[in-house]
Amino acid sequence: MEVTGAQALVRSLECQGVDVVFGLPGGAILPAYDPLRSSSLRHVLVRHEQGAGHAAEGYAWATGRTGVCMATSGPGATNLVTALADAYMDSVPIVAITGQVPRAMIGTDAFQESDITGITGPITKHNELVTDPGRIPAAIAEAFHIASTGRPGPVLVDLPKDILQATTTWSWPPALDLPGYRLPGPADPERIAAAARLLHQARRPVLYVGGGVIKSDSHEPLRDLAELAQAPVTTTLMARGAFPDSHPLALGMPGMHGMYAAVAALQEADLIVALGARFDDRVTGKLAAFAPKAKVVHADIDPAEIGKNRAPDVAIVGDLRTVMAELARATRTIIDVEGPADTAAWVATTAGWKSSYPLRYTQAADGPLKPQHVVERLSAMTGGDAIVVAGVGQHQMHASQHFSFTRPRSWINSGGAGTMGFAVPAAMGAQIGRPGELVVAIDGDGCFQMTAQELATCAIEGLPIKVLIFNNGFLGMVRQWQELFYDERYSEVHLGTDIPDYVKLAEAYGCVGLRCEQPGDVDAVLEKALSVSDVPAVVDFRTHDAEGVFPMVPVGRPNDDIVLGPEFTPAEQQAAARREVIAK
Amino acid sequence: MTTHTLSVLVENKPGVLAHVAGLFSRRAFNITSLSVGPTSDARVSRMTIVVDGETTPVDQVRKQLEKLVRVLKVVELGEDEAVERELALIKVSVQPSVRAELLDIATAYSANVVDMGPETIVLEAVCSPGRLDALIAQLEPHGTCELVRTGLIAIGRGSGTITDEDLAGLGACA
Repeated sequence: MEVTGAQALVRSLECQGVDVVFGLPGGAILPAYDPLRSSSLRHVLVRHEQGAGHAAEGYAWATGRTGVCMATSGPGATNLVTALADAYMDSVPIVAITGQVPRAMIGTDAFQESDITGITGPITKHNELVTDPGRIPAAIAEAFHIASTGRPGPVLVDLPKDILQATTTWSWPPALDLPGYRLPGPADPERIAAAARLLHQARRPVLYVGGGVIKSDSHEPLRDLAELAQAPVTTTLMARGAFPDSHPLALGMPGMHGMYAAVAALQEADLIVALGARFDDRVTGKLAAFAPKAKVVHADIDPAEIGKNRAPDVAIVGDLRTVMAELARATRTIIDVEGPADTAAWVATTAGWKSSYPLRYTQAADGPLKPQHVVERLSAMTGGDAIVVAGVGQHQMHASQHFSFTRPRSWINSGGAGTMGFAVPAAMGAQIGRPGELVVAIDGDGCFQMTAQELATCAIEGLPIKVLIFNNGFLGMVRQWQELFYDERYSEVHLGTDIPDYVKLAEAYGCVGLRCEQPGDVDAVLEKALSVSDVPAVVDFRTHDAEGVFPMVPVGRPNDDIVLGPEFTPAEQQAAARREVIAK
Repeated sequence: MTTHTLSVLVENKPGVLAHVAGLFSRRAFNITSLSVGPTSDARVSRMTIVVDGETTPVDQVRKQLEKLVRVLKVVELGEDEAVERELALIKVSVQPSVRAELLDIATAYSANVVDMGPETIVLEAVCSPGRLDALIAQLEPHGTCELVRTGLIAIGRGSGTITDEDLAGLGACA
């Protein structure tokens, strides 16, 4: 059957099972927007292409399916770059489709021409400039296969305008021509056995859980493994929700702004089992001083992550879901013969750290309003039954620390790339992916202003996302670093709390705008926001501008130098530094 | 300097070289040389990449290369297991008094004279990299005007080939 390249593109997306495309048309991609009119695909017209990219990411985080965004050539395509870089760092499966100038004009500096495959090579898992209309179905099918399998990631398909207009013969499914694309086979059973043996021998084991556990839907095997081995669990920023925070073995988030118990447990561990985690600098602190006493089992689907930052004692390459199930089975086999591993003293030690050095802040009844208080009220009022989306900075850390996560895919943020402006468009994508659920973006005033225009998209699409702006009038995390590391010499971090007027801005965008300045009003304002069901509700929380994020490991320093924060006495800080471990 | 030689089979498609070069730049890997050419299978090109093992983690290079979708196979060729050659064209200024001496040096290194003018000659030398360095050092005092080297190419010794194990989907392409 004869179709145009554009029809082949739209049909390919339909056949691929895509239900929504986030995009914005322009000259080179125009042909694709014509068959879209009669397609079953839902197109969400964003206000800026970066919003399309982050929305595709939010959709993918929330659903586990591949998100799709579309843009025209030149600036349309380059506006996707930040989202692609973000998706690459956080292994988020998205497919970006970009228009390109006609083949004959490539290289002539034509209007709205940019070498987007060249630009995005280092920040995509793969990309392709398609030069033959007959290849469109295969290019799309390959893009989805690559984006969603193995270690997920973004794939960009660049389509010159003339191949969208050309006629080609339609057939589906196309044969995938990917001879160099290899997925790991089953994990080596001997290594699984060796890992189980180490886990059983360990007296101070810690499961160091990364985003791979959520991506591979391995939260159930994780729970089995943790309970079987009686090993405490830390969930990284990418893995919040993989293990319930209320579980007795849960230590919370490790790293630069991690819980003291999680940081200390990794430092004192005699065995770290890294599961879909990559020993990121924000987790390890000074790498050479990270977990000095620990042997390491490292399981990951990406062989290049193993040994990249920390040499493992046992390396396991494979799909975590099966790896963890097999690891649990092998552990059970050992326990059946030799009895359970002796970790009781260690579990008691880490639980003691949790209670001695919890997150601490003081909320005075008459203010100022603390951001932590807002997160804790949200957590309590929703019972953790919300999808929380954050941007990057203090609000992100406070959200990750103080929300009590109960299930996977309930936390969405920009981890590796640290992209300010992520939250609102990502929340939009998450809400479209999971329409019946409560989606709450917790955002800073700095972040919010970078992508606030997508409130218009959300209002028109009738998406009832909640946007809680922690408005402290500052680029708060940068301010905190200037306070701590530049002797309070504040430079270009003051934004001011009143411009824009966030309530009016929300109303101008067709949303409900609310303001909350006093701690006593938090519950009522949140309730009001949660009750809005047809458009976004935006709340301007006037939060304390001098509030920092603690604990904190100063950048580049060993994790042992963790600072508990101003809420702890010098005696407590010293006791934490001297910490005692029962299970030697 | 410890160098490592990687033989890399890649799909012969547009953008492949950019992806490989981009990987090296993004990961801050140092390349000593890179050469690329066709193989007996028109669908496949072969790159020989020499990396500086002191500044670059070779295991990471191999694993990251293997992740590129258009890369079919990566093999590290140890110095003792491979024949390594590099082609150089060397333009040397010749005074009549030293012409015979220069030609003797060329003969000693099995270098051919491929162009001869009144003031310069061009030598073509095919050597192992170390031997080529030695030749260039010997010519230097006579005034080397211009030098072009292809970068190393290498092939494993013995009957085994890089395509002994089937390339998934492509079949043997030797």
